[in-house]
Amino acid sequence: MSATQKQEWGSRLGVILAVAGSAVGLGNFLRFPGQAASHGGGAFMIPYFCALIFLGIPIGWAEWTMGRYGGRKGFHSSPAILGVIGRGRVWRYLGIIGVLIPIAVSFYYVFIESWCLAYCVKYIGALFGGNGVGIEAGAPLDVQTKASVGFHDALTGSNADGALFAGGPAPIVWFWLAVFAINIWLVYRGLSGGIETFCKWAMPAMAVCALIVLVRVLTLPSQSPEQTVSNGLGYMWNPDFKALGNVQTWLAAAGQIFFSLSVGFGVIINYASYMKRKDDIVLSGLTASATNEVFEVGFGGMITLTAAFVFLGLTGTAAAVQTGSFGLGFKTLPVVFAHMPAGNFIGALWFFMLFLAAITSSISMYQPTVAFVQEALGWDRKRSIFLVALVGLSGGGWVVWFTKGSTALGTIDDWVGTFLIVVLAAVQVICFAWVFGMKRGMEEAHAGSHIRIPDVFRFVIKWVAPAYLIYMIFTFCTDALPEWIAGLGKSDVARNTVFLILAVIVFLVTLTAIGEKRWRAAGLDLDGERPPDDERAPVKEAGR
Amino acid sequence: MTPLGVVFMVVSLVFVWGLLIWCLKRVLTAPTDDHSG
Repeated sequence: MSATQKQEWGSRLGVILAVAGSAVGLGNFLRFPGQAASHGGGAFMIPYFCALIFLGIPIGWAEWTMGRYGGRKGFHSSPAILGVIGRGRVWRYLGIIGVLIPIAVSFYYVFIESWCLAYCVKYIGALFGGNGVGIEAGAPLDVQTKASVGFHDALTGSNADGALFAGGPAPIVWFWLAVFAINIWLVYRGLSGGIETFCKWAMPAMAVCALIVLVRVLTLPSQSPEQTVSNGLGYMWNPDFKALGNVQTWLAAAGQIFFSLSVGFGVIINYASYMKRKDDIVLSGLTASATNEVFEVGFGGMITLTAAFVFLGLTGTAAAVQTGSFGLGFKTLPVVFAHMPAGNFIGALWFFMLFLAAITSSISMYQPTVAFVQEALGWDRKRSIFLVALVGLSGGGWVVWFTKGSTALGTIDDWVGTFLIVVLAAVQVICFAWVFGMKRGMEEAHAGSHIRIPDVFRFVIKWVAPAYLIYMIFTFCTDALPEWIAGLGKSDVARNTVFLILAVIVFLVTLTAIGEKRWRAAGLDLDGERPPDDERAPVKEAGR
Repeated sequence: MTPLGVVFMVVSLVFVWGLLIWCLKRVLTAPTDDHSG
Protein backbone atom coordinates (compact mmCIF):
# COMPACT_ATOMS: atom_id res chain seq x y z
CA MET A 1 0.00 0.00 0.00
CA SER A 2 3.05 2.22 0.01
CA ALA A 3 2.25 3.68 -3.38
CA THR A 4 -1.11 5.01 -2.25
CA GLN A 5 -1.41 8.42 -0.64
CA LYS A 6 -3.26 8.43 2.63
CA GLN A 7 -6.85 9.63 2.35
CA GLU A 8 -8.91 10.63 5.35
CA TRP A 9 -12.07 12.45 6.35
CA GLY A 10 -11.84 15.97 7.78
CA SER A 11 -14.67 15.80 10.31
CA ARG A 12 -17.42 13.55 11.66
CA LEU A 13 -20.16 15.73 10.16
CA GLY A 14 -18.30 15.64 6.85
CA VAL A 15 -18.40 11.82 6.73
CA ILE A 16 -22.09 11.82 7.62
CA LEU A 17 -22.91 14.36 4.90
CA ALA A 18 -20.81 12.46 2.36
CA VAL A 19 -22.63 9.19 3.10
CA ALA A 20 -26.00 10.98 3.19
CA GLY A 21 -25.08 12.71 -0.09
CA SER A 22 -24.35 9.34 -1.60
CA ALA A 23 -27.73 8.05 -0.43
CA VAL A 24 -29.88 11.04 -1.38
CA GLY A 25 -30.40 10.82 -5.11
CA LEU A 26 -33.05 10.99 -7.81
CA GLY A 27 -34.87 8.03 -6.25
CA ASN A 28 -35.74 10.07 -3.15
CA PHE A 29 -37.73 12.62 -5.13
CA LEU A 30 -38.96 10.59 -8.10
CA ARG A 31 -39.03 6.87 -7.25
CA PHE A 32 -40.31 6.98 -3.66
CA PRO A 33 -43.59 8.88 -4.24
CA GLY A 34 -44.47 6.64 -7.21
CA GLN A 35 -43.75 3.48 -5.22
CA ALA A 36 -45.78 4.70 -2.24
CA ALA A 37 -48.76 5.78 -4.33
CA SER A 38 -48.78 2.47 -6.24
CA HIS A 39 -48.52 0.32 -3.11
CA GLY A 40 -51.14 1.49 -0.68
CA GLY A 41 -50.34 5.20 -0.17
CA GLY A 42 -49.94 5.91 3.54
CA ALA A 43 -50.20 2.19 4.31
CA PHE A 44 -46.96 1.71 2.32
CA MET A 45 -45.18 3.50 5.15
CA ILE A 46 -45.75 0.49 7.45
CA PRO A 47 -43.62 -1.96 5.40
CA TYR A 48 -41.35 0.94 4.42
CA PHE A 49 -40.44 1.82 8.02
CA CYS A 50 -40.22 -1.89 8.91
CA ALA A 51 -37.69 -2.30 6.07
CA LEU A 52 -35.82 0.79 7.25
CA ILE A 53 -35.56 -0.43 10.85
CA PHE A 54 -35.06 -4.15 10.22
CA LEU A 55 -33.06 -4.06 6.99
CA GLY A 56 -31.66 -0.70 5.93
CA ILE A 57 -30.26 0.65 9.19
CA PRO A 58 -28.82 -2.67 10.55
CA ILE A 59 -27.25 -3.69 7.22
CA GLY A 60 -25.86 -0.17 7.03
CA TRP A 61 -24.30 -0.62 10.48
CA ALA A 62 -22.77 -3.91 9.32
CA GLU A 63 -21.30 -2.17 6.27
CA TRP A 64 -19.88 0.71 8.33
CA THR A 65 -18.36 -1.81 10.75
CA MET A 66 -16.79 -3.98 8.05
CA GLY A 67 -15.46 -0.93 6.23
CA ARG A 68 -13.79 0.55 9.29
CA TYR A 69 -12.34 -2.84 10.28
CA GLY A 70 -10.92 -3.37 6.78
CA GLY A 71 -9.49 0.16 6.77
CA ARG A 72 -7.58 -0.58 9.97
CA LYS A 73 -5.91 -3.43 8.10
CA GLY A 74 -4.92 -1.03 5.33
CA PHE A 75 -7.66 -1.97 2.84
CA HIS A 76 -10.25 0.33 1.29
CA SER A 77 -11.94 -1.72 -1.42
CA SER A 78 -14.89 -4.07 -1.12
CA PRO A 79 -13.01 -7.18 -2.43
CA ALA A 80 -10.09 -6.73 -0.03
CA ILE A 81 -12.32 -5.88 2.94
CA LEU A 82 -14.72 -8.78 2.40
CA GLY A 83 -11.66 -11.04 2.03
CA VAL A 84 -10.48 -9.91 5.46
CA ILE A 85 -13.93 -10.13 7.08
CA GLY A 86 -14.78 -13.48 5.43
CA ARG A 87 -11.22 -14.80 5.83
CA GLY A 88 -10.76 -16.13 2.34
CA ARG A 89 -10.81 -15.92 -1.43
CA VAL A 90 -14.47 -16.72 -1.97
CA TRP A 91 -15.61 -13.64 -0.08
CA ARG A 92 -12.84 -11.56 -1.68
CA TYR A 93 -14.11 -12.41 -5.16
CA LEU A 94 -17.74 -11.92 -4.12
CA GLY A 95 -16.62 -8.50 -2.92
CA ILE A 96 -15.99 -7.56 -6.56
CA ILE A 97 -19.75 -6.89 -6.78
CA GLY A 98 -19.07 -3.96 -4.45
CA VAL A 99 -16.88 -2.34 -7.12
CA LEU A 100 -18.94 -3.46 -10.11
CA ILE A 101 -22.15 -1.85 -8.84
CA PRO A 102 -20.87 1.71 -8.37
CA ILE A 103 -18.82 1.85 -11.57
CA ALA A 104 -21.49 0.22 -13.76
CA VAL A 105 -24.30 2.34 -12.33
CA SER A 106 -22.17 5.44 -12.96
CA PHE A 107 -22.28 4.58 -16.70
CA TYR A 108 -25.91 5.70 -16.89
CA TYR A 109 -26.29 7.75 -13.73
CA VAL A 110 -23.95 10.52 -14.91
CA PHE A 111 -25.92 10.70 -18.17
CA ILE A 112 -29.18 11.21 -16.25
CA GLU A 113 -27.36 13.75 -14.09
CA SER A 114 -26.57 15.69 -17.25
CA TRP A 115 -30.30 15.71 -18.15
CA CYS A 116 -30.96 17.43 -14.79
CA LEU A 117 -28.33 20.08 -15.51
CA ALA A 118 -29.62 20.59 -19.06
CA TYR A 119 -33.21 21.04 -17.80
CA CYS A 120 -31.97 23.44 -15.11
CA VAL A 121 -30.09 25.53 -17.69
CA LYS A 122 -33.18 25.58 -19.96
CA TYR A 123 -35.35 26.86 -17.09
CA ILE A 124 -32.77 29.49 -16.14
CA GLY A 125 -32.76 30.53 -19.82
CA ALA A 126 -36.57 30.83 -19.68
CA LEU A 127 -36.23 33.30 -16.80
CA PHE A 128 -34.33 35.52 -19.24
CA GLY A 129 -36.69 35.18 -22.18
CA GLY A 130 -35.70 31.75 -23.55
CA ASN A 131 -38.36 29.20 -24.51
CA GLY A 132 -37.46 26.81 -21.67
CA VAL A 133 -38.36 23.23 -22.42
CA GLY A 134 -40.69 24.23 -25.25
CA ILE A 135 -44.05 23.92 -23.43
CA GLU A 136 -46.50 26.66 -24.33
CA ALA A 137 -48.15 28.03 -21.17
CA GLY A 138 -51.73 28.41 -22.44
CA ALA A 139 -51.87 25.32 -24.65
CA PRO A 140 -54.23 22.39 -23.96
CA LEU A 141 -52.88 19.74 -21.61
CA ASP A 142 -52.42 17.05 -24.27
CA VAL A 143 -50.44 19.47 -26.47
CA GLN A 144 -48.25 20.40 -23.50
CA THR A 145 -47.68 16.75 -22.62
CA LYS A 146 -46.74 15.98 -26.22
CA ALA A 147 -44.32 18.93 -26.24
CA SER A 148 -42.76 17.80 -22.97
CA VAL A 149 -42.31 14.20 -24.17
CA GLY A 150 -40.94 15.49 -27.48
CA PHE A 151 -38.42 17.73 -25.73
CA HIS A 152 -37.27 14.91 -23.46
CA ASP A 153 -36.95 12.38 -26.29
CA ALA A 154 -35.02 14.82 -28.47
CA LEU A 155 -32.75 15.86 -25.60
CA THR A 156 -31.92 12.31 -24.56
CA GLY A 157 -31.91 10.80 -28.06
CA SER A 158 -34.38 8.10 -27.09
CA ASN A 159 -35.79 7.79 -30.63
CA ALA A 160 -32.73 6.16 -32.22
CA ASP A 161 -29.32 4.78 -31.35
CA GLY A 162 -26.57 7.24 -32.22
CA ALA A 163 -29.14 10.04 -32.47
CA LEU A 164 -27.06 12.25 -30.20
CA PHE A 165 -24.15 12.13 -32.65
CA ALA A 166 -26.02 12.60 -35.92
CA GLY A 167 -24.59 15.76 -37.51
CA GLY A 168 -22.11 16.34 -34.67
CA PRO A 169 -22.52 15.87 -30.94
CA ALA A 170 -25.85 17.09 -29.56
CA PRO A 171 -25.84 19.62 -26.69
CA ILE A 172 -26.58 16.90 -24.12
CA VAL A 173 -23.32 15.17 -25.07
CA TRP A 174 -21.42 18.30 -24.03
CA PHE A 175 -23.48 18.47 -20.83
CA TRP A 176 -22.61 14.83 -20.17
CA LEU A 177 -18.88 15.42 -20.76
CA ALA A 178 -18.94 18.51 -18.53
CA VAL A 179 -20.75 16.68 -15.71
CA PHE A 180 -18.37 13.73 -16.08
CA ALA A 181 -15.38 16.08 -15.85
CA ILE A 182 -16.81 17.75 -12.70
CA ASN A 183 -17.22 14.31 -11.10
CA ILE A 184 -13.68 13.25 -11.90
CA TRP A 185 -12.30 16.60 -10.73
CA LEU A 186 -14.11 16.32 -7.37
CA VAL A 187 -12.84 12.77 -6.86
CA TYR A 188 -9.34 13.87 -7.91
CA ARG A 189 -9.39 16.56 -5.19
CA GLY A 190 -9.59 13.74 -2.68
CA LEU A 191 -11.82 12.47 0.07
CA SER A 192 -11.66 15.50 2.32
CA GLY A 193 -10.78 18.25 -0.18
CA GLY A 194 -13.20 17.08 -2.89
CA ILE A 195 -16.03 14.78 -1.85
CA GLU A 196 -16.46 15.95 1.75
CA THR A 197 -16.08 19.67 1.01
CA PHE A 198 -18.55 19.45 -1.87
CA CYS A 199 -21.13 17.51 0.16
CA LYS A 200 -20.85 19.97 3.05
CA TRP A 201 -21.95 22.68 0.63
CA ALA A 202 -24.30 20.71 -1.59
CA MET A 203 -26.43 19.01 1.09
CA PRO A 204 -27.57 22.25 2.81
CA ALA A 205 -28.08 23.85 -0.64
CA MET A 206 -30.24 20.89 -1.63
CA ALA A 207 -32.28 21.23 1.56
CA VAL A 208 -32.86 24.96 0.95
CA CYS A 209 -33.98 24.31 -2.66
CA ALA A 210 -36.29 21.50 -1.51
CA LEU A 211 -37.77 23.72 1.21
CA ILE A 212 -38.53 26.54 -1.23
CA VAL A 213 -40.16 24.11 -3.71
CA LEU A 214 -42.12 22.49 -0.87
CA VAL A 215 -43.49 25.84 0.35
CA ARG A 216 -44.44 26.73 -3.25
CA VAL A 217 -46.25 23.42 -3.75
CA LEU A 218 -48.09 23.54 -0.40
CA THR A 219 -49.35 27.07 -1.14
CA LEU A 220 -50.56 26.37 -4.68
CA PRO A 221 -54.04 27.72 -5.45
CA SER A 222 -56.74 25.10 -6.09
CA GLN A 223 -57.44 24.47 -9.78
CA SER A 224 -60.90 23.01 -9.14
CA PRO A 225 -62.85 21.71 -6.12
CA GLU A 226 -61.08 18.35 -6.62
CA GLN A 227 -57.65 19.55 -7.67
CA THR A 228 -56.46 20.92 -4.33
CA VAL A 229 -53.24 20.57 -2.35
CA SER A 230 -55.13 18.62 0.31
CA ASN A 231 -56.39 16.08 -2.24
CA GLY A 232 -52.90 15.93 -3.77
CA LEU A 233 -51.46 15.01 -0.40
CA GLY A 234 -54.34 12.55 0.01
CA TYR A 235 -53.38 10.83 -3.25
CA MET A 236 -49.96 10.12 -1.79
CA TRP A 237 -50.88 9.53 1.87
CA ASN A 238 -54.44 8.11 2.15
CA PRO A 239 -53.87 4.52 3.27
CA ASP A 240 -55.18 1.49 1.41
CA PHE A 241 -54.73 -1.32 3.93
CA LYS A 242 -55.55 -4.01 1.37
CA ALA A 243 -52.07 -3.44 -0.12
CA LEU A 244 -50.51 -4.76 3.09
CA GLY A 245 -51.81 -8.22 2.27
CA ASN A 246 -49.84 -8.25 -0.98
CA VAL A 247 -46.26 -9.53 -0.72
CA GLN A 248 -45.25 -7.22 -3.60
CA THR A 249 -45.90 -4.22 -1.33
CA TRP A 250 -43.40 -5.53 1.22
CA LEU A 251 -40.84 -6.30 -1.47
CA ALA A 252 -41.32 -2.87 -3.04
CA ALA A 253 -40.78 -1.24 0.35
CA ALA A 254 -37.59 -3.21 0.96
CA GLY A 255 -36.38 -2.45 -2.56
CA GLN A 256 -37.00 1.26 -2.08
CA ILE A 257 -35.03 1.26 1.18
CA PHE A 258 -32.07 -0.45 -0.52
CA PHE A 259 -31.94 1.86 -3.50
CA SER A 260 -32.45 4.85 -1.27
CA LEU A 261 -29.97 4.23 1.54
CA SER A 262 -27.06 3.09 -0.68
CA VAL A 263 -26.74 -0.12 1.35
CA GLY A 264 -25.46 -3.01 -0.74
CA PHE A 265 -23.91 -0.50 -3.11
CA GLY A 266 -20.23 -0.80 -2.19
CA VAL A 267 -20.00 2.87 -1.17
CA ILE A 268 -20.45 2.81 2.63
CA ILE A 269 -17.86 0.05 3.03
CA ASN A 270 -15.33 2.19 1.17
CA TYR A 271 -16.20 5.49 2.91
CA ALA A 272 -16.07 3.85 6.38
CA SER A 273 -12.65 2.34 5.64
CA TYR A 274 -11.10 5.79 6.06
CA MET A 275 -12.27 6.03 9.68
CA LYS A 276 -10.26 5.09 12.75
CA ARG A 277 -11.24 2.65 15.47
CA LYS A 278 -12.01 5.45 17.90
CA ASP A 279 -14.36 7.13 15.41
CA ASP A 280 -18.06 6.59 16.00
CA ILE A 281 -19.86 4.64 13.29
CA VAL A 282 -23.17 3.66 14.91
CA LEU A 283 -24.49 7.19 15.42
CA SER A 284 -22.92 8.35 12.16
CA GLY A 285 -24.64 5.57 10.22
CA LEU A 286 -27.97 6.31 11.86
CA THR A 287 -27.64 10.05 11.20
CA ALA A 288 -26.82 9.50 7.52
CA SER A 289 -29.89 7.24 7.20
CA ALA A 290 -32.09 9.79 9.02
CA THR A 291 -30.89 12.57 6.69
CA ASN A 292 -31.78 10.43 3.70
CA GLU A 293 -35.24 9.74 5.14
CA VAL A 294 -35.99 13.44 5.62
CA PHE A 295 -35.20 14.08 1.96
CA GLU A 296 -37.24 11.06 0.87
CA VAL A 297 -40.32 11.22 3.10
CA GLY A 298 -40.21 14.87 4.20
CA PHE A 299 -39.58 16.33 0.74
CA GLY A 300 -40.04 13.60 -1.90
CA GLY A 301 -43.28 12.42 -0.31
CA MET A 302 -44.73 15.92 -0.14
CA ILE A 303 -43.69 17.64 -3.36
CA THR A 304 -43.84 15.53 -6.52
CA LEU A 305 -47.30 13.96 -6.58
CA THR A 306 -48.98 16.86 -4.78
CA ALA A 307 -47.88 19.29 -7.49
CA ALA A 308 -48.85 16.85 -10.24
CA PHE A 309 -52.31 16.28 -8.70
CA VAL A 310 -53.15 19.98 -8.38
CA PHE A 311 -52.56 20.62 -12.09
CA LEU A 312 -53.19 17.25 -13.74
CA GLY A 313 -55.93 15.85 -11.51
CA LEU A 314 -56.42 12.24 -10.48
CA THR A 315 -56.28 10.72 -13.97
CA GLY A 316 -53.21 12.69 -15.07
CA THR A 317 -51.30 11.93 -11.88
CA ALA A 318 -52.17 8.22 -12.01
CA ALA A 319 -50.98 8.13 -15.64
CA ALA A 320 -47.78 9.95 -14.65
CA VAL A 321 -47.05 7.42 -11.90
CA GLN A 322 -47.40 4.62 -14.47
CA THR A 323 -44.62 6.18 -16.57
CA GLY A 324 -42.13 5.51 -13.76
CA SER A 325 -39.53 7.77 -12.15
CA PHE A 326 -38.12 9.24 -15.35
CA GLY A 327 -41.54 9.84 -16.86
CA LEU A 328 -42.72 11.56 -13.70
CA GLY A 329 -39.60 13.68 -13.28
CA PHE A 330 -38.69 14.62 -16.82
CA LYS A 331 -41.96 14.46 -18.77
CA THR A 332 -44.78 15.19 -16.30
CA LEU A 333 -43.27 17.76 -13.95
CA PRO A 334 -42.26 20.17 -16.75
CA VAL A 335 -45.98 20.28 -17.70
CA VAL A 336 -46.80 21.00 -14.05
CA PHE A 337 -44.23 23.82 -13.97
CA ALA A 338 -45.82 25.32 -17.09
CA HIS A 339 -49.06 25.78 -15.10
CA MET A 340 -47.48 26.86 -11.83
CA PRO A 341 -47.08 30.52 -10.86
CA ALA A 342 -43.30 31.27 -11.00
CA GLY A 343 -43.00 27.89 -12.75
CA ASN A 344 -39.73 28.67 -14.55
CA PHE A 345 -38.05 29.68 -11.29
CA ILE A 346 -39.37 26.62 -9.45
CA GLY A 347 -38.40 24.44 -12.43
CA ALA A 348 -34.83 25.78 -12.36
CA LEU A 349 -34.64 25.24 -8.60
CA TRP A 350 -36.13 21.74 -8.83
CA PHE A 351 -33.74 20.51 -11.51
CA PHE A 352 -30.77 22.17 -9.79
CA MET A 353 -31.75 20.27 -6.64
CA LEU A 354 -31.99 17.02 -8.63
CA PHE A 355 -28.59 17.76 -10.15
CA LEU A 356 -27.07 18.23 -6.68
CA ALA A 357 -28.78 15.05 -5.47
CA ALA A 358 -27.37 13.17 -8.44
CA ILE A 359 -23.82 14.50 -8.30
CA THR A 360 -23.39 13.85 -4.56
CA SER A 361 -24.34 10.25 -5.42
CA SER A 362 -22.24 9.88 -8.57
CA ILE A 363 -18.99 11.07 -6.96
CA SER A 364 -19.50 8.31 -4.41
CA MET A 365 -19.61 5.79 -7.29
CA TYR A 366 -16.13 6.63 -8.58
CA GLN A 367 -14.35 6.71 -5.22
CA PRO A 368 -14.69 2.93 -4.44
CA THR A 369 -13.32 2.04 -7.89
CA VAL A 370 -10.43 4.48 -7.58
CA ALA A 371 -9.56 3.00 -4.16
CA PHE A 372 -9.73 -0.52 -5.62
CA VAL A 373 -7.42 0.27 -8.57
CA GLN A 374 -4.99 2.01 -6.20
CA GLU A 375 -4.66 -0.91 -3.87
CA ALA A 376 -4.86 -3.67 -6.48
CA LEU A 377 -2.20 -2.22 -8.76
CA GLY A 378 -0.29 -0.15 -6.21
CA TRP A 379 -0.78 2.93 -8.35
CA ASP A 380 -0.95 6.51 -7.10
CA ARG A 381 -4.33 8.26 -6.98
CA LYS A 382 -3.74 10.33 -10.12
CA ARG A 383 -2.99 7.31 -12.31
CA SER A 384 -5.84 5.32 -10.78
CA ILE A 385 -8.32 8.12 -11.43
CA PHE A 386 -7.14 8.28 -15.04
CA LEU A 387 -7.87 4.56 -15.51
CA VAL A 388 -11.26 4.81 -13.78
CA ALA A 389 -12.11 7.85 -15.92
CA LEU A 390 -11.29 5.83 -19.04
CA VAL A 391 -13.56 3.00 -17.89
CA GLY A 392 -16.30 5.48 -16.91
CA LEU A 393 -16.04 7.29 -20.22
CA SER A 394 -16.16 4.05 -22.23
CA GLY A 395 -19.15 2.63 -20.34
CA GLY A 396 -20.87 6.02 -20.28
CA GLY A 397 -20.18 6.43 -23.99
CA TRP A 398 -21.95 3.12 -24.62
CA VAL A 399 -25.08 4.38 -22.83
CA VAL A 400 -24.92 7.77 -24.57
CA TRP A 401 -24.67 6.08 -27.99
CA PHE A 402 -27.29 3.35 -27.48
CA THR A 403 -30.08 5.66 -26.37
CA LYS A 404 -33.03 4.16 -28.28
CA GLY A 405 -35.78 3.37 -25.81
CA SER A 406 -33.16 3.72 -23.04
CA THR A 407 -32.41 0.01 -23.58
CA ALA A 408 -28.72 0.12 -22.59
CA LEU A 409 -29.52 2.31 -19.58
CA GLY A 410 -32.42 0.08 -18.51
CA THR A 411 -30.41 -3.12 -18.90
CA ILE A 412 -27.63 -1.91 -16.59
CA ASP A 413 -30.22 -0.56 -14.16
CA ASP A 414 -32.06 -3.91 -14.06
CA TRP A 415 -29.10 -6.29 -13.81
CA VAL A 416 -26.70 -4.20 -11.76
CA GLY A 417 -28.63 -1.32 -10.19
CA THR A 418 -31.53 -3.51 -9.05
CA PHE A 419 -30.61 -7.20 -8.84
CA LEU A 420 -26.96 -7.09 -7.77
CA ILE A 421 -27.63 -4.54 -5.02
CA VAL A 422 -29.76 -7.10 -3.20
CA VAL A 423 -27.17 -9.82 -3.88
CA LEU A 424 -24.34 -7.69 -2.44
CA ALA A 425 -26.42 -6.78 0.61
CA ALA A 426 -27.02 -10.51 1.21
CA VAL A 427 -23.32 -11.32 0.72
CA GLN A 428 -22.30 -8.58 3.14
CA VAL A 429 -24.78 -9.37 5.88
CA ILE A 430 -24.08 -13.13 5.74
CA CYS A 431 -20.33 -12.51 5.76
CA PHE A 432 -20.69 -10.15 8.73
CA ALA A 433 -23.15 -12.14 10.83
CA TRP A 434 -22.15 -15.72 10.03
CA VAL A 435 -18.44 -15.61 9.19
CA PHE A 436 -17.06 -12.63 11.09
CA GLY A 437 -19.51 -13.43 13.90
CA MET A 438 -22.20 -11.36 15.61
CA LYS A 439 -20.39 -11.10 18.95
CA ARG A 440 -17.18 -9.88 17.35
CA GLY A 441 -19.13 -7.72 14.92
CA MET A 442 -21.07 -5.92 17.65
CA GLU A 443 -17.91 -5.38 19.71
CA GLU A 444 -16.24 -3.89 16.65
CA ALA A 445 -19.27 -1.69 15.88
CA HIS A 446 -19.40 -0.38 19.44
CA ALA A 447 -15.74 0.64 19.57
CA GLY A 448 -15.74 4.44 19.82
CA SER A 449 -19.50 4.56 19.40
CA HIS A 450 -21.62 7.30 20.96
CA ILE A 451 -24.76 5.13 21.10
CA ARG A 452 -25.35 1.41 21.53
CA ILE A 453 -27.07 -0.81 19.02
CA PRO A 454 -30.04 -2.41 20.87
CA ASP A 455 -29.47 -6.13 21.47
CA VAL A 456 -32.51 -7.08 19.38
CA PHE A 457 -30.48 -6.15 16.30
CA ARG A 458 -28.16 -9.11 16.90
CA PHE A 459 -31.13 -11.30 16.03
CA VAL A 460 -32.24 -8.99 13.22
CA ILE A 461 -28.82 -8.92 11.53
CA LYS A 462 -28.19 -12.63 11.95
CA TRP A 463 -31.61 -14.01 11.02
CA VAL A 464 -34.18 -11.48 9.81
CA ALA A 465 -32.05 -9.55 7.31
CA PRO A 466 -30.48 -12.60 5.56
CA ALA A 467 -33.87 -14.37 5.38
CA TYR A 468 -35.55 -11.25 3.96
CA LEU A 469 -32.76 -10.77 1.42
CA ILE A 470 -32.70 -14.40 0.31
CA TYR A 471 -36.45 -14.24 -0.16
CA MET A 472 -36.03 -11.05 -2.22
CA ILE A 473 -33.42 -12.76 -4.43
CA PHE A 474 -35.67 -15.78 -4.84
CA THR A 475 -38.59 -13.55 -5.83
CA PHE A 476 -36.41 -11.67 -8.32
CA CYS A 477 -35.31 -14.99 -9.82
CA THR A 478 -38.85 -16.25 -10.23
CA ASP A 479 -40.60 -13.00 -11.19
CA ALA A 480 -38.25 -10.58 -12.94
CA LEU A 481 -35.30 -12.62 -14.22
CA PRO A 482 -37.19 -14.76 -16.77
CA GLU A 483 -38.55 -11.59 -18.36
CA TRP A 484 -35.12 -9.92 -18.35
CA ILE A 485 -33.49 -13.00 -19.90
CA ALA A 486 -36.21 -13.17 -22.56
CA GLY A 487 -35.55 -9.49 -23.25
CA LEU A 488 -31.90 -10.30 -24.04
CA GLY A 489 -33.02 -12.57 -26.86
CA LYS A 490 -35.09 -9.82 -28.42
CA SER A 491 -32.61 -6.96 -28.32
CA ASP A 492 -29.01 -6.92 -29.58
CA VAL A 493 -28.33 -3.79 -27.53
CA ALA A 494 -29.58 -5.39 -24.32
CA ARG A 495 -27.52 -8.53 -24.98
CA ASN A 496 -24.38 -6.58 -25.82
CA THR A 497 -24.89 -4.42 -22.74
CA VAL A 498 -24.81 -7.58 -20.62
CA PHE A 499 -21.55 -8.52 -22.41
CA LEU A 500 -20.24 -5.07 -21.46
CA ILE A 501 -21.09 -5.79 -17.82
CA LEU A 502 -19.34 -9.17 -18.12
CA ALA A 503 -16.26 -7.43 -19.59
CA VAL A 504 -16.17 -5.13 -16.56
CA ILE A 505 -16.43 -8.17 -14.29
CA VAL A 506 -13.47 -9.85 -16.07
CA PHE A 507 -11.49 -6.62 -15.67
CA LEU A 508 -12.27 -6.47 -11.94
CA VAL A 509 -11.48 -10.17 -11.42
CA THR A 510 -8.11 -9.65 -13.11
CA LEU A 511 -7.34 -6.67 -10.88
CA THR A 512 -8.33 -8.66 -7.80
CA ALA A 513 -6.00 -11.52 -8.82
CA ILE A 514 -3.14 -9.04 -9.32
CA GLY A 515 -3.95 -7.35 -6.02
CA GLU A 516 -4.05 -10.68 -4.19
CA LYS A 517 -0.48 -11.45 -5.26
CA ARG A 518 0.73 -7.96 -4.36
CA TRP A 519 -0.92 -7.98 -0.93
CA ARG A 520 0.47 -11.42 -0.12
CA ALA A 521 3.96 -10.42 -1.26
CA ALA A 522 3.74 -7.27 0.88
CA GLY A 523 2.90 -9.41 3.93
CA LEU A 524 -0.57 -7.91 4.34
CA ASP A 525 -3.15 -9.91 6.26
CA LEU A 526 -5.53 -10.32 3.32
CA ASP A 527 -7.26 -13.37 4.86
CA GLY A 528 -7.96 -11.71 8.20
CA GLU A 529 -5.86 -14.11 10.23
CA ARG A 530 -4.46 -11.54 12.69
CA PRO A 531 -6.07 -8.76 14.72
CA PRO A 532 -5.45 -5.24 13.38
CA ASP A 533 -2.28 -3.49 14.57
CA ASP A 534 -4.26 -0.92 16.56
CA GLU A 535 -6.23 -3.59 18.44
CA ARG A 536 -4.50 -2.86 21.72
CA ALA A 537 -5.01 0.87 21.53
CA PRO A 538 -7.32 2.12 24.31
CA VAL A 539 -10.75 2.83 22.89
CA LYS A 540 -13.69 4.58 24.53
CA GLU A 541 -16.51 2.17 25.31
CA ALA A 542 -19.84 2.61 23.59
CA GLY A 543 -22.95 4.02 25.15
CA ARG A 544 -21.55 6.78 27.29
CA MET B 1 -57.35 13.88 2.28
CA THR B 2 -58.88 11.50 4.80
CA PRO B 3 -58.24 11.78 8.56
CA LEU B 4 -56.24 8.51 8.35
CA GLY B 5 -54.16 10.00 5.54
CA VAL B 6 -53.39 12.99 7.78
CA VAL B 7 -52.43 10.63 10.60
CA PHE B 8 -50.07 8.60 8.37
CA MET B 9 -48.49 11.73 6.93
CA VAL B 10 -48.00 13.45 10.30
CA VAL B 11 -46.67 10.33 12.04
CA SER B 12 -44.23 9.68 9.17
CA LEU B 13 -43.00 13.26 9.13
CA VAL B 14 -42.64 13.42 12.90
CA PHE B 15 -40.71 10.13 12.83
CA VAL B 16 -38.18 11.13 10.16
CA TRP B 17 -37.69 14.70 11.36
CA GLY B 18 -37.60 13.58 15.00
CA LEU B 19 -34.99 10.92 14.25
CA LEU B 20 -32.82 13.40 12.35
CA ILE B 21 -33.03 16.07 15.05
CA TRP B 22 -32.25 13.52 17.78
CA CYS B 23 -29.26 12.20 15.80
CA LEU B 24 -27.89 15.64 14.97
CA LYS B 25 -28.22 16.71 18.60
CA ARG B 26 -26.19 13.66 19.63
CA VAL B 27 -23.61 14.22 16.89
CA LEU B 28 -23.13 17.90 17.67
CA THR B 29 -22.88 17.41 21.45
CA ALA B 30 -20.65 14.31 21.32
CA PRO B 31 -16.93 14.69 22.08
CA THR B 32 -15.02 15.60 18.94
CA ASP B 33 -13.23 12.72 17.19
CA ASP B 34 -9.67 13.48 16.23
CA HIS B 35 -9.61 12.86 12.48
CA SER B 36 -6.10 14.16 11.90
CA GLY B 37 -3.12 11.95 11.44
